[in-house]
Amino acid sequence: MTKSLPWWLRDLLWLALFVAVLVGLAYGLDAIPIVGMAYYNRILVLMGINITLAVSLNIINGHAGQFSLGHAGFMAVGAYFSAYLTFYHFAPRLDKMPAGTEQWLMQNVFLVIAVLCGGLLAALAGYLVGLPSLRLRGDYLAIVTLGFGEIIRVFILNIDKIGAARGFSGIPHWGNFFWVFLVCGLAIVISWRLVQSSVGRAFLAVREDQVAAEAMGIDTTRYKVKAFVIGSFLAGVAGGLYAHYTMYLNPQTFMFVKSFEVVAMVVLGGLGSISGSVVAAVILTFLPEGLRSVKDYMPGGRDPRMVIYSIMLIVLMLTRPQGLFGRRELWQVFGRKKKRDQSEAPPVQ
Amino acid sequence: MQEILQNLLNGIAVGAIYALIALGYTMVYGILKLINFAHGDVFMLGSFVGFYVGGYAARHLHTTGGALGWGYAGLVMLVAMVVCGLFGFLNERIAYRPLRNSPRIASLITAIGVSFLLEYGGQFVFGADPKRFPTLVAPHYIAFGGLSVTNYQIIVLVVAVIFMGLLQYIIYGTKFGRAMRAVSFNFETASLMGIPTDRVISMTFIIGSMLAAVAGILFGLSYPTINPLMGIMPGLKAFIAAVLGGIGNVPGAVVGGLIIGIIESFIGGSPLSGYKDAIAFIILIAILLFRPSGLFGKYQAEKV
Repeated sequence: MTKSLPWWLRDLLWLALFVAVLVGLAYGLDAIPIVGMAYYNRILVLMGINITLAVSLNIINGHAGQFSLGHAGFMAVGAYFSAYLTFYHFAPRLDKMPAGTEQWLMQNVFLVIAVLCGGLLAALAGYLVGLPSLRLRGDYLAIVTLGFGEIIRVFILNIDKIGAARGFSGIPHWGNFFWVFLVCGLAIVISWRLVQSSVGRAFLAVREDQVAAEAMGIDTTRYKVKAFVIGSFLAGVAGGLYAHYTMYLNPQTFMFVKSFEVVAMVVLGGLGSISGSVVAAVILTFLPEGLRSVKDYMPGGRDPRMVIYSIMLIVLMLTRPQGLFGRRELWQVFGRKKKRDQSEAPPVQ
Repeated sequence: MQEILQNLLNGIAVGAIYALIALGYTMVYGILKLINFAHGDVFMLGSFVGFYVGGYAARHLHTTGGALGWGYAGLVMLVAMVVCGLFGFLNERIAYRPLRNSPRIASLITAIGVSFLLEYGGQFVFGADPKRFPTLVAPHYIAFGGLSVTNYQIIVLVVAVIFMGLLQYIIYGTKFGRAMRAVSFNFETASLMGIPTDRVISMTFIIGSMLAAVAGILFGLSYPTINPLMGIMPGLKAFIAAVLGGIGNVPGAVVGGLIIGIIESFIGGSPLSGYKDAIAFIILIAILLFRPSGLFGKYQAEKV
């Protein structure tokens, strides 16, 4: 891993190491003899999907500063389209193959193709949603993106072939820990490298001051749409994996409440902070699960965990209005203290 | 022709309820530039207060199944307004005021948190099952030149118009209203001129929440099945109505509410009824693309 290697070889080596670690973890986790390991595994996978969603929304909301409330819609597009491809095209083909290594290999190839297609369609949706952002900003853009998300949901509700209001069931269980965390890791790396690149710098410029950015020769329109396309692609991929993991999709899952949850993760972590999004996604995924046992102490068997979840959300926001890490990353918060005062300034509104 | 008139009438009755909720959104936005996402759930809270107070009165009067009558209906509405007003006051005090000087997005997230709290708290306290709203006034059907009108629709319209008139008077006819307009015009200058901005903001929340309570009671009267999640969709549509009319603009909210109500009513009676929930958004997007600040909103040019 020295600097003398060409960059692509270094990246490839890192990727190989990452894949090896993930494979080891995937098998290692299955081997741990704890009662209810399947449950913990499920929570971990959902956490990975939430991290991917939060990181992808952070590109739109945090880096490019375009306030989007339609992330559940992009996720729904990716989830439903990939599930449609698998259910109607790939799964029947796979069933005709003899069982064995080749079938296993093809299953994963099909999964990758389906999920990528879902991501691409979501990216197209992101392109269409990004277009109004040329004219609208702030709250108006937020409500339009929210509207797009709901329109997507209502259209899904009216397509009978993908289950309509009944939900889409019978999706094969192809997604697993390995794929979810591979995508999650890639999303984090993509988003990190993006911020370091000229494109990411342009995003930040658009966020800080659109007029000044334009005066500096940045094509603000192009970068805004670009942020939407990248963010929604990753959300679509996360949705595809969600579909192939839970094996069942319901339009109700993709209501704007889901978008709110992802926005809460991004803002709680600190707008623009990638590690913040990751940490907040982990907290907000585990919080309701960790509170599951509270139910046992309640009379009448009513479940107060979502009540506690919402109170925690309010309290966390009141105590850290700028998010957990502000705009900085995890290591900057706990690392050198000199840099602190520079980046402590609240974001410009 | 008759069908068109009937749809128009139903649409106006629904639209009046949307308009009452939209007023709360638009007043708060006009002053704080905050989308109070919890407002739709305050509407739900109003309905549930009506359910409990009305149910208590019905048990007390031994009129189970019968109507309560006008006096008690008024009382139920009053109690709901007081409870929601108090909630609106506390909501602003606890969840929004500490964040006044923070980035606006922080209070947006607490608004979402309060909204979740009301929805899940409602499911926890009231139970998630749908409840039957008590009959406040006996229903009548009035045949009117081939149209079927219920007295509920007339009550909804009359009550909504009374409260909108009252609001118009408060905003344009009283000293407090002048203070409110001043704060919404320029927050800092208003406070320099000696206007107690905090009190004005508190009052705005109280008034908005009271209007939501009225809408909640009227909704319970017309559609007597209520549940803790009932505030989500009407709240969202009322918000769209506020944006449609130009957010921050009071008459705009009323017009927006009526437009959404009427269009929904027409779509509901057509073969496209499956797309009813999407239509409000499609109209919104279409209008915003041509008039980015809503029908009556002022377009503000960007300053460098």
